[in-house]
Amino acid sequence: MSDNGLSARDLSVYYGNKQAVKDISLDFAAREVTALIGPSGCGKSTFLRSLNRMNDLIGGARITGEIWIEGQNINDPSVDVVLLRQKIGMVWQRPNPFHKSIYENIAFGPRYHGIKNKKELDGIVESSLRKAALWEETKDRLHQSALALSGGQQQRLCIARSLAVKPSIILMDEPASALDPVSTAKIEELIAELKRDYCIIIVTHNMHQAARISDKTAFFYMGELVECDDTQKMFTNPSKKQTDDYISGRFG
Amino acid sequence: MSAKLANRIATVVIIAMALFIVAILVGLLGYILIRGLGHVSFDFLTSVPQTIRAGGGIGPQLFNSLFLLVLTLLITVPLGVGAGIYMSEYAKANRFTDFIRLVVEVLSSFPSIVVGLFGLLVLVQFFGLGYSLFAGALALTVFNLPLMVRITEQAIRSVPKEQKEASLALGLSRWKTITSIMLPIAMPNILTGTILASGRVFGEAAALLFTAGMSSPRLDFTNWNPFSPNSPLNPFRPAETLAVHIWKINSEGLAPDAAEIAAGASAVLVIVVLLFNFTARFIGGYIHRKFTASK
Repeated sequence: MSDNGLSARDLSVYYGNKQAVKDISLDFAAREVTALIGPSGCGKSTFLRSLNRMNDLIGGARITGEIWIEGQNINDPSVDVVLLRQKIGMVWQRPNPFHKSIYENIAFGPRYHGIKNKKELDGIVESSLRKAALWEETKDRLHQSALALSGGQQQRLCIARSLAVKPSIILMDEPASALDPVSTAKIEELIAELKRDYCIIIVTHNMHQAARISDKTAFFYMGELVECDDTQKMFTNPSKKQTDDYISGRFG
Repeated sequence: MSAKLANRIATVVIIAMALFIVAILVGLLGYILIRGLGHVSFDFLTSVPQTIRAGGGIGPQLFNSLFLLVLTLLITVPLGVGAGIYMSEYAKANRFTDFIRLVVEVLSSFPSIVVGLFGLLVLVQFFGLGYSLFAGALALTVFNLPLMVRITEQAIRSVPKEQKEASLALGLSRWKTITSIMLPIAMPNILTGTILASGRVFGEAAALLFTAGMSSPRLDFTNWNPFSPNSPLNPFRPAETLAVHIWKINSEGLAPDAAEIAAGASAVLVIVVLLFNFTARFIGGYIHRKFTASK
């Protein structure tokens, strides 16, 4: 187990009686991008959302198994899920900036976690926006509504927002699927950049994207993990025939 | 009959129904306003009513209606918003929650005269509140509270799920997420819903006959001490509202111009309720534009 990564052990998610994710064990290393691929309904998004216990919010969802972060099993009922979520950033398919100014979108999290000093907050806002490659475009309009930004900018703002509370892991649920090609390219560049500091887990429907940006690829099918290996190997010489069939477009 | 002909006929029938409804509304409004507006003047709106002489106004009644509305909202907004938040965010989907929802529905569809009698027996007599603004406000709470709960619940439910998740993912507590992220987004809907619900409170008469009473003490509009018996602000004094006043002078008015006063008061009542509606639309639209302004 790596220092700032994440490990799932025998993780299962049930919606009522239906098992959406079946006994998945996976390790995600720090400073690596892992892509989760598979056909719709294969459980990859459910799996991703269970990693920061976002599925707790859905009535009737039940998670069993262990999720280890920094030597702590966070799927333990005694773990304070509120604090835990700070360590795990999340980015959604559709950009979802708060209905606030650009500045407030970023400062909102850190301020809640106790940083009241204006200078310090200004610093966090700037460094988060810089990391998300959005500073140059927004530095003159920090106090305008975030909703005035383009879709691609909004998505980078959402990434900046999650960086502001200093997570070590970032979960991304198809972060570029609602964006145009230029914005998508920017997000992909950004992911390559962020990889230096964070453990990134990304769900994607776009096979080329998975091949371009990830170090490891995990293939899900019908709630099960078929295989997980180096992206290079997965896309050229996978060990399972099912993976080969999916990647070469024979189904899914 | 060909499909085309059937389609024609259906279209004509549906348009006729829509026009019929519009005609009823225009006719009703026109009748009330044309009959009443001629009688409305600044003097009419501010002077006190006369019992047997002509020339009385509706000043105290208008004030009572507005003050009663404020009192009612003071009670129902905190309770209703709180319960609405509970129903949308905290309550688990089980039989108990369904039961609460059913009770809320039933409460809001109670016949108002029954609520009035309940108010008379329980609030006015048993709890000894007497005919008072406070008893009236509590009676109106019976209608208004369920509406507020439903308005808040629906407004909060309509906040995009991703907004809530984004806040939780930053490590914010549920409560902070509700107050800082969800309530501001839900606010326009809560506000417009509240104003629309106010219209019903403002026009209610039956529930107030036996609770807020059918008379007003001689109000001294220079005395703003809420504990003084003839102060307009005293919540424990009897208070005849505009709607009750219309009912009263129509049924037992002795003044020679009772019919004109009733017509004028009706026009004022309708105008105020219309104002509530337009304000609600305007504020809702304004806040919506402000949120999505530069988009």
